Amino acid sequence: MQIGLEHYLFVAAALFTIGVFGIFVNRKNVIVILMSIELVLLSVNINLVAFSAFLNNLEGQIFAMMVLTVAAAEAAVGLAILVTYFRNRGGIAVEDINLMKG
Amino acid sequence: MIASAFAFYALAATAVVSAFGVISARNPVHSVLFLILTFFTAAGLFVLMGAEFLAMLLVVVYVGAVAVLFLFVVMMLDVDFAELKSGFLNYLPLGALVALAMFAELGLISNAAMQAAQGRPATPLAAESGVTNAEAIGRVLYTDYIVVFQLAGMVLFVAMVGAIVLTLRERPGVRRQDVAAQVGRRRAQGVELKDVKPGQGLGAEG
Repeated sequence: MQIGLEHYLFVAAALFTIGVFGIFVNRKNVIVILMSIELVLLSVNINLVAFSAFLNNLEGQIFAMMVLTVAAAEAAVGLAILVTYFRNRGGIAVEDINLMKG
Repeated sequence: MIASAFAFYALAATAVVSAFGVISARNPVHSVLFLILTFFTAAGLFVLMGAEFLAMLLVVVYVGAVAVLFLFVVMMLDVDFAELKSGFLNYLPLGALVALAMFAELGLISNAAMQAAQGRPATPLAAESGVTNAEAIGRVLYTDYIVVFQLAGMVLFVAMVGAIVLTLRERPGVRRQDVAAQVGRRRAQGVELKDVKPGQGLGAEG
């Protein structure tokens, strides 16, 4: 019943896969796509913290903090873009995003 | 040991199940709530690994800020989410294929990590005695990684300005106070002197 590094890596792999899968199946819903990206970044954080804890090296946790920062910024800007898009088009369907096609 | 193993399996199972709930829930509000649960259980996993500071940071930043932001946007936008869900099954086979392949690869990697575990401690290493996790992080973060720390602040600042610029809008019909115009007003703009003739009044000029 020893919980080792590979157990945490396994959980992180499962979360990463679910995140990528979510991007695939929710092609129309931008909000769920953003949430899936958050899941992917969370799994990366779990990996970083696991390696940091098991190799006794704090730099992994510093890295995880930076990933957390970027994820928060990405969520804020992504949702702002979403609100602007909703105002302009009256909907958030991804398939209609072709304004810049020319 | 048995208790921590039990906690790990319970937290891991909750995290994976709620992550699946995030992508499969019909109602996006439920998705956000599942996302909060996922982050909460991930914070529990961090505590198990001995990274208490990051666990609390995850709860504060994600559950406190990002998830609430998502919730606000989901509730603010008046979108027919049932219609958005309609194409769910179109991409299911391809998505499942890619996800399975990716999961197999990642599983191979973590298997390799297990093979290479010889000579490494099998449990999370305890911090030095007398130094908490937060203190240890602070000692590294504010000395060796001070530039990275400040760059992170810069990233957050740019994101804040960007979000404000994107969502700010000028409404045509709204009258706002213009302090500069009020302060810069001269007497001649507001007062006009009329030379009124006795017995005639202003009738002729209006």
